[in-house]
Amino acid sequence: MDRRIRVLIAKPGLDGHDRGAKVVARALRDAGMEVIYTGLRQTPEMIVSAAIQEDVDAIGLSILSGAHMHYFREVKRLLDEQGASDILLFGGGIIPDEDVPRLKELGVAAVFGPGTSTQEIVDFLKRAVPERWRAQGLA
Amino acid sequence: MRKKHDWLRETYQKSLEKMPERPVAHRTLSDIAPEPLYTPEDIGVLDPEYEEKRGYPGEYPYTRGVYGSMYRSKLWTMRMFAGFGTAEQTNERFKKLLKAGQTGLSVAFDLPTLMGYDSDHPLSQGEVGKCGVAVSSLADMEILFEGINLEEVTTSMTINSPANAIWAMYLAVAKKKGYDWKKLGGTIQNDILKEFIAQKEFIFPPEPSVKLVIDTFEWGPKNVPKWNFISVSGYHIREAGSTAVQELAWTLADGFEYVEAALKRGLDIDEFAPRISFFFDVHNDFFEEIAKFRAARRIWAKEMRHRYRAKNPQSWALRTHAQTAGVSLTAQQPLNNIARVAIQALAAVLGGTNSLHTDAYDEALALPTEESATIALRTQQIIAYESGVTHTIDPLAGSYYVEWLTDEMERQAMAIIEEIRRMGGVVRAIEEGYFLRELAEASYRYQQEVERKERIIVGVNAFTDEIPLKVPIQLVDPEVERVQAERLARVRRERDQKRVEEALAGLRRAAVEGQNTMPHFVECALAYCTLGEMMNVLREVYGTYQEPAYV
Repeated sequence: MDRRIRVLIAKPGLDGHDRGAKVVARALRDAGMEVIYTGLRQTPEMIVSAAIQEDVDAIGLSILSGAHMHYFREVKRLLDEQGASDILLFGGGIIPDEDVPRLKELGVAAVFGPGTSTQEIVDFLKRAVPERWRAQGLA
Repeated sequence: MRKKHDWLRETYQKSLEKMPERPVAHRTLSDIAPEPLYTPEDIGVLDPEYEEKRGYPGEYPYTRGVYGSMYRSKLWTMRMFAGFGTAEQTNERFKKLLKAGQTGLSVAFDLPTLMGYDSDHPLSQGEVGKCGVAVSSLADMEILFEGINLEEVTTSMTINSPANAIWAMYLAVAKKKGYDWKKLGGTIQNDILKEFIAQKEFIFPPEPSVKLVIDTFEWGPKNVPKWNFISVSGYHIREAGSTAVQELAWTLADGFEYVEAALKRGLDIDEFAPRISFFFDVHNDFFEEIAKFRAARRIWAKEMRHRYRAKNPQSWALRTHAQTAGVSLTAQQPLNNIARVAIQALAAVLGGTNSLHTDAYDEALALPTEESATIALRTQQIIAYESGVTHTIDPLAGSYYVEWLTDEMERQAMAIIEEIRRMGGVVRAIEEGYFLRELAEASYRYQQEVERKERIIVGVNAFTDEIPLKVPIQLVDPEVERVQAERLARVRRERDQKRVEEALAGLRRAAVEGQNTMPHFVECALAYCTLGEMMNVLREVYGTYQEPAYV
């Protein structure tokens, strides 16, 4: 496989706790992926427009403030609206178990809670993204 | 060599005159009565460095504690951080915590408040009341402290970039209720440097941000003399992934940066330094944490006395709050966190903290419930009343390991502090991205150690058989946003608009002309200007700050 997976890691909203986002970004990079980190305080609009511009395969949102339902819903809505619903959406942070099924219903592909190993996230992307390529007839 | 009986006769006695010994049995379960303090004399050894490195509680260099009689007279303040939803909900939680035996309040604000936005600002959507209480104007603050005697409790407020405005609102509540500012006790975190380093809740660029902090240094001691107008915080630095040594070094470096900025403004060190307080994390490595607290006190004392020439002993004494490490808590097998918190809290107490918040076991999942917050408070009470560690002061002093580790942490931290000084200070180091780089390295290294199982986290990368357990979750009612929006609309409708405009114009003038902003913040608060209005004035004058996106 010579095509590299491109991932956008984003911190939506006002929360500035970016340790997890940065550790994940670096682990994905070490695993050979191309990673774009948006920096702090991104609105859903900014995130989606960056994702489309950078032609990424996946978006990872890191949210610790409890506002996860709001941001995932908004990002998903904008992706659908802009014809980019095939971009994989995943995330992590402080997200109660009860909310995970609700997020999956919205179309979030995976939610990685505290204590997830970065390898798990790498494996998920290496599995899910090529599937997406095959579905698009790109690989 | 100063003898123990001299210390007992002088410092210890003086301390007891202020605060007598607590009327509990200072005796072990075998009925042995420990003395307030043990020194090399008690076991017949020589410690030629005793006075220079360890000294006595309540005396320079304060390694063994800042007060003469420490917990024999007064336990640390059990101060639980709380805040969620509306001011009404948090007020109710405060009253319950006070009833449960908590000895001080500690306010958590929601993200819009922390970032200086009103609850009805577009960027506040989805965040109102989520990880703290929403406060957009004096109206919210009045409800938050309804029925609480502000002269009797001490209140700590975790607020940074908008600290001047939020403190002004608190003082306005006190003023309107007829309380005497001279009697008010409490703390505002107000440590903007660690925001640029770690927590990222900054609004303005570093220089004007520090200027706003120094306004409180200048105005505070004259107007609210018992208030700690800053809590120089290592907690967030540690939670963002630093090591204990980095936390120690960077926090003290931040403290020294503020001292230098205040001296530049021409303030008297012995007037402001006694009101500087600190806030450290307390993580899993038991002895390292204990050594960190002891080293922090020694470094601060030495530098304040010799480098900055403070003459008032209170300027040398590092008083600190501590909080158990949220970042160490696991979402897996959450009840295990009760054990982690107990060990961490014990380390903070053996390190001689003056105030403590213990995390609730469900912290890695959501906001604490009332039950989990109560267990966390009970954990402190068990250490305080049952463990016997409070019988004698600084009981681990003289342990070869603890003393060596205290020295080692001091040595390593001083090397980092010197390095930051060579860079030209903390603000310069922030601008060069030094802290971002160091944090990224340290937190990535730690994560890799965990993934290679060089570091074991129980329930996460070992011993993972999960017993299914339903943890009740505290969820924030989405109604909060509506309630807040309505209240704000009412405030804007009912206030004296002319007074609002004059107050905001006064604030703008002070900011433009470089005068002290605090009196103007108080006037704005009394006029019911909203938080967003005050911060917007300063956004226009100072501009805002964006950090480089570095991975």
